[in-house]
Amino acid sequence: MAVEIGGIGHSVKRKEDARFIRGKGKYVDDVKLPGMLYMDIARSPLAHARIKNIDTSKALKIPGVVAVITGKDLVPLNLHWMPTLMSDKQMVLPTDTVLYQAQEVAAVVATERYIAADGVDAIEVDYEPLPVVVDPIKALQPGATIVREDREQKDNHIWHWEVGDRAGTDKAFADAEVVVKQDLYIPRIHVSSIETCGIVASFDKIEGKLTVYMTTQAPHAIRTVIALVAGHLGLAEHKIRVISPDIGGGFGGKVPVYPGYVLAIGASVLTGVPVKWIEDRAENIQADSFARDYHISAELAAKKDGTMQALRVKTIADHGAFDAAANPSKYPAGLFHIITGSYPFQKSFVEVDGAYTNKPPGGIAYRCSFRVTEAAFTIERLVDVLALEIKKDPAELRMQNFIPPTAFPYKSVLGWEYDSGDYGRALKLAMDTIGYAELRKEQAEKRKRGELMGIGISSFTEIVGAGPSKDFDILGIKMFDSAEIRVHPTGKVMVRIGVKSQGQGHETTFGQIVAEELGIPVADIAVEEGDTDTAPYGLGTYASRSTPVAGGATAIAARKIREKAKLIAAHLLEANPDDIEWKDYKFQVKGVPAKSKTMQEVAFAAYTNHPQGMEAGLEAVDYYDPPNLTFPFGSYICVVDIDRGTGEVKIRRFVAVDDCGTIINPMIVEGQIHGGLTMGLAPALYEQITYDEQGNIQGGTFMDYLLPTAMETPNWETAKTTTPSPHHPIGAKGVGESATVGAPAAIANAVVDALAHLGVRHIDIPITPWKVQKILKDNGVAE
Amino acid sequence: MAVQTAPTTSRGQRTLKINVTVNGAPHEVEVEARILLVHFLRENLGMTGTHIGCDTTNCGACTVLLNGRAVKSCTVFAVQADQGTVATVEGLEKDGKLHPIQEGFHQEHGLQCGFCTPGMMMTAVAFLATNAKPTELEIREAISGNLCRCTGYVNIVKSIDHAARVMREPAEGKA
Repeated sequence: MAVEIGGIGHSVKRKEDARFIRGKGKYVDDVKLPGMLYMDIARSPLAHARIKNIDTSKALKIPGVVAVITGKDLVPLNLHWMPTLMSDKQMVLPTDTVLYQAQEVAAVVATERYIAADGVDAIEVDYEPLPVVVDPIKALQPGATIVREDREQKDNHIWHWEVGDRAGTDKAFADAEVVVKQDLYIPRIHVSSIETCGIVASFDKIEGKLTVYMTTQAPHAIRTVIALVAGHLGLAEHKIRVISPDIGGGFGGKVPVYPGYVLAIGASVLTGVPVKWIEDRAENIQADSFARDYHISAELAAKKDGTMQALRVKTIADHGAFDAAANPSKYPAGLFHIITGSYPFQKSFVEVDGAYTNKPPGGIAYRCSFRVTEAAFTIERLVDVLALEIKKDPAELRMQNFIPPTAFPYKSVLGWEYDSGDYGRALKLAMDTIGYAELRKEQAEKRKRGELMGIGISSFTEIVGAGPSKDFDILGIKMFDSAEIRVHPTGKVMVRIGVKSQGQGHETTFGQIVAEELGIPVADIAVEEGDTDTAPYGLGTYASRSTPVAGGATAIAARKIREKAKLIAAHLLEANPDDIEWKDYKFQVKGVPAKSKTMQEVAFAAYTNHPQGMEAGLEAVDYYDPPNLTFPFGSYICVVDIDRGTGEVKIRRFVAVDDCGTIINPMIVEGQIHGGLTMGLAPALYEQITYDEQGNIQGGTFMDYLLPTAMETPNWETAKTTTPSPHHPIGAKGVGESATVGAPAAIANAVVDALAHLGVRHIDIPITPWKVQKILKDNGVAE
Repeated sequence: MAVQTAPTTSRGQRTLKINVTVNGAPHEVEVEARILLVHFLRENLGMTGTHIGCDTTNCGACTVLLNGRAVKSCTVFAVQADQGTVATVEGLEKDGKLHPIQEGFHQEHGLQCGFCTPGMMMTAVAFLATNAKPTELEIREAISGNLCRCTGYVNIVKSIDHAARVMREPAEGKA
């Protein structure tokens, strides 16, 4: 019975596969509307320059070019600037100055894609170069080139944010037996979903209605933003429809609003014709939101026996030319204060300063909740630095310090209330699975022979599911999420949710939540999302919030339906509702299994034979405001071998034990972990975006920004423990990003472990062969 | 044999008439010389199953078979396919029956967002035609020109192995 229902815990094959394996997915670039025009964007070759003149005449002479838009054209419409999600503002198109390389300078609208590109090539811009600042530490020094002359504040400091007890922490450090300190740079990287960003904007002048097909992870919020930003152009929220079609990966990169979106919408509103803009890969990497770029200085105070006592962290955050991160309003550094991780620090103090530089804006997630990887990497790296300092096995040191399972719900010193956890169990399972003790023996033998093998651990705590409305909003909109469920007379179900899959498999998993609650087979449940005309309002899919928030809404909406259905069942069974119980996916008279009604029978009655005085129909809506965040966790162990000739790091084994609470679909969860681990591997060993002193990007295409291929990616081994969230309706915590958060430290720790006997204590990621080989050469052990 | 006519469009771009058989159906189309094969498939023929993920031949989302060989259609001009045959994801399913590679990806959860999937499957189809019984390493090498950001490749490798086994079954059954 349960298998047919396909409820919670079943590896139901994905419904969405049917169209994707046939090439019938509908992504934004697949949308083609009658009369549609194409837009392309001219971008700045310089990182900081005054625009002396933009000559569009040659572009306008190209047959097929319909219009060229520059910043000056947007001034009368008051569209040359737009608000960011972080109370800053960002240029849509510049009127006088460009602030980073690849910044949008002009847009060309043409009858065909290639002609729009021809138009871009024909635009001539006369630039006067200005001094460039790319290093945020230099940017914060007095006398630095000022990036944002438009601000009243004449320096590059954006904000200071701090949390914790500064004086108490300082005292704990002064009194400590052992203090370790480590500077870490968590480099600028890019999510690089395989589908880039794009939009088709279609304005119907007669109806006054704007329909937007857009690669957005948050369609409802985008609709409100459009109404707020472009309301003065006559766009009202009931006449704006945002459709987020199939999305080819998001990972955070499809949360922000990019100038290209605004330009395409503006172009369609002005022309009354649909306008499509699809960025190419170079634009995607060079101009769309980056992730991370945190310069961290972290200190840990402990007793000689390894008992961790205090944590002190100072960070400079490079935000580029605009603060266009996508954090909840209250948290300019995201949830970085999860940095105490899996350990019960008594005192902690964390401060972050944001800086402007002549680099593209961003500071978004990279498949992780807000700034959580930065935090998890720092603490898990620092724990290993402590282990080296006091000569203790890193597994033993973690086991000694973990927040004990009896301490949950656990209030962290920086203000979070961890919902549930059993960290020791996860680490023990990882150690048993990989054979930790044997690996240490092997390592000791190999070290005698001069072979370089390392074992790295990461026992991370995640924080996802933003979030409770008392603390969490984006642009003032509280971070609830929603579900609307309609049970049709024949027992088939339509579910609409406020989130939006970018590959997570919502059409399957949200159906499973409803199947479990209503006893209706998952095959009979359709899940729709991403269309603001039909779906209930929600804040969208990022930061692993779909299951924790919209999943909660879905379960509760289904339970509302079940409450009503119970009354109908009682009516059909001619019994008192108090005598009806929900058992084996049916309503039955207590103790009389023969007297029962299925949900399908009840659904039919809800429309054909409902009790007098009761509303007809069987549907419910829920807007779920989570009482707390959820705290998934895990322990990862990585084994690496290092080639003494090339410096190449080869991952021999990687065991990931994850605990995301109740699992809806084990197959999908495992797939998410595989993908997350790979996006943890990527920044650990391969990905980084750097700039030269003039602000030229080095690594702006897939030729030089190295995404892991199947050859670099190991055969991930996964295992799980299950510690349900006590406050979530189905006990689920979310999992899409845990592995991305947890993996980099395990890999970095393994490499450092392989080289620790040479005196190596830290290597900044990405740990490239060049960096390793230099260490080997410097220590005379290179082959 | 290839080039028959070379008029120019009103905006000065040279055009050529090409004959291409796509998934068994012949097409005679006048195209600009500079049109990429992927845009020809997507824009001229409306076959949007072939995707574009980069401009530099790195990601493989646009992989199709040209005369039986896997090529990245973002780096091939449509005119280079003149007189040739092209196979795309839309042609995998035959008479309502999924190709084993499609079954493999569904059964082994080899896709998440689905964007790299068509290219990944076409690469696999070409590969399995040359290697019916591949090892895991051989599969990984074969798809190393196709990027996936969602799956971590583990289940893609399993999907291709699944297809290889299904495709071998008739032969092995007879043996």
